[in-house]
Amino acid sequence: MTKKPWISLGGIGVFAVLLLAVAPLVLTDHWLNNLGKYCCWAIAAVGIGLAWGRGGMLVMGQGVFFALGAYSMAMHLTLETAGDRIPAFMVLYDPLAPLPAFWEPFRGAGFTLAAIVLLPVVVAGALGYALFKRRVKGAYFAILSQALAVALAVLISSTIRETGGDTGLSDFKYFFGFVLNDPANRQMVYLIAAGLLIVCLLAVWQFYRSRFGELLIATRDAEERVRFLGYDPANVKLVAFVVSALMASIGGALFVPIVGIITPAEIGAAASILMIAGVALGGRASLFGPALGAIAVGWGQSSLGSTWPDGWTYVLGLLFIVVILFLPNGLSSLPARFTGRARRTPVEQPTPAIAAAELEGVRS
Amino acid sequence: MTGASLVVTDLRVEFSGFVAVGGVSFDAHPGEVRFLIGPNGAGKTTCIDAVTGLTKATGSARLGQTELLGKQVHKIVRRGIGRTFQTASVFDELTVLQNLDIAAGLHRRSVSLLRARRGIDPSIERALEETGLTGELTTPAGILSYGQKQWLEIAMLLVQDAKVLLLDEPVAGMSQDERTATGELLQRIAAKRIVLVVEHDMDFMRRFATRVTVLHQGKVLSQGTVAEVQADPQVQEVYLGTADAITEA
Repeated sequence: MTKKPWISLGGIGVFAVLLLAVAPLVLTDHWLNNLGKYCCWAIAAVGIGLAWGRGGMLVMGQGVFFALGAYSMAMHLTLETAGDRIPAFMVLYDPLAPLPAFWEPFRGAGFTLAAIVLLPVVVAGALGYALFKRRVKGAYFAILSQALAVALAVLISSTIRETGGDTGLSDFKYFFGFVLNDPANRQMVYLIAAGLLIVCLLAVWQFYRSRFGELLIATRDAEERVRFLGYDPANVKLVAFVVSALMASIGGALFVPIVGIITPAEIGAAASILMIAGVALGGRASLFGPALGAIAVGWGQSSLGSTWPDGWTYVLGLLFIVVILFLPNGLSSLPARFTGRARRTPVEQPTPAIAAAELEGVRS
Repeated sequence: MTGASLVVTDLRVEFSGFVAVGGVSFDAHPGEVRFLIGPNGAGKTTCIDAVTGLTKATGSARLGQTELLGKQVHKIVRRGIGRTFQTASVFDELTVLQNLDIAAGLHRRSVSLLRARRGIDPSIERALEETGLTGELTTPAGILSYGQKQWLEIAMLLVQDAKVLLLDEPVAGMSQDERTATGELLQRIAAKRIVLVVEHDMDFMRRFATRVTVLHQGKVLSQGTVAEVQADPQVQEVYLGTADAITEA
């Protein structure tokens, strides 16, 4: 118990070396950029791991927070590209229309960065407060969050003049003054994404080893019991939810300069579910599972998905069924399964203990 | 420890027209092991639910000068009211130490939640010794025996430093030896705290109760020492077949 966190910390170190030092040396620009994209999903996935794996909140609408970060960033980059003029896509619909009022503040780099951090905190804070205090949980929470993602995607689709609609926002030329076409700058953006993924892993690592991490598991497993220990479980869940929203927003914000386009399809229901998919695949309650799962799903999508687009969906679906059937705790529980045979992990033990207790009850 | 008593007056609980508890009054003081007994459906657990804020109720339940009814569950807990449940509910995936540490967190500042645990709180060590769980410190709570889980729950209440311990059938499913150990534990705890036990088990009640309140169909049937309650003809009538069980052996 006292030793294990340090092993995980070492794991994060190895991961950091691989992402920050090895990957830029061995990968082509194209694949490095792709890896950057997976890192963005992984950042969101780390947050989902915290909220869902440890907190028990099935966050099916992380696309909402991904969008908050992504569109904040995209609006800033669009304005930066347009310079003093109106963004090109707006001119298409009405050459004389003024810039919508909510775009104006995103000219400022400081405001944009603050928005990427504060918007998800405020939105998730208000939403979580309203839901958790009213004890909305389980399937209701999942459906509600999913509905929000759908609603936001529809809203963006239908406001083509203000947000670019289904075509989305694209053709960014600059990233805070850096020319995005320059491979060196692209590598810098990748390094920022990979670095922030490491930071998020470190943050979650500290959460899991802290007392809060224990309390979060307790809340996940027996919310009412936690109440009777003098805590308000709503507050515990709120913290995890807000942190996960913040991570999704950071992932979304970096997604924009790396991929070069953001559309409602990247934040809607399907995209939100795909974010969950990586987490489930990797192992939602583990430290590395969500990030590695998200990277794996991303990689599968761009390699298999481009060579065999029809088959990829089936492969993903099949993988899902197999994992849920045989490895409900994801691929990261695979090593523990093998070593667990020899050591008898506590997870496998309860059955005899419960049986014994029942027998005792019958006898007395 | 303050000498405040738990005083429940004219407690009423209704579930959409059905009166589960209809004007029950009782009190419990530090230094006694107080029992609440009665046949199934008498409203014993509902009384505890009402005092702990789980169920809405009218009337009054005071700890010292503080009115408890109408407060939120976790705020009542912070006033020093702790309870256990009919089925032992501990956090199965967490170790005994982690379970107790969460219970102890009640008295910590919330910022300290972000740090990892260093060392073991002295109150946790005391509670472990008191309940005989010292050897199980790193055992996941899920694989404890049923009796041990109940003790862990009591230990959690001790770590919480609850002034009032409301125990819902704490010896259900326990062996005879475990019952005796639990009874003695309760008597030790009751020296400084208010202990109120809801029980079915008449033998356990006879051996360890200081004072007893008998509930029947949501009303107080009888109140007094074990001997007084046993002598009450009304109690014998309600228990019919089991009346023998009360008076005999």
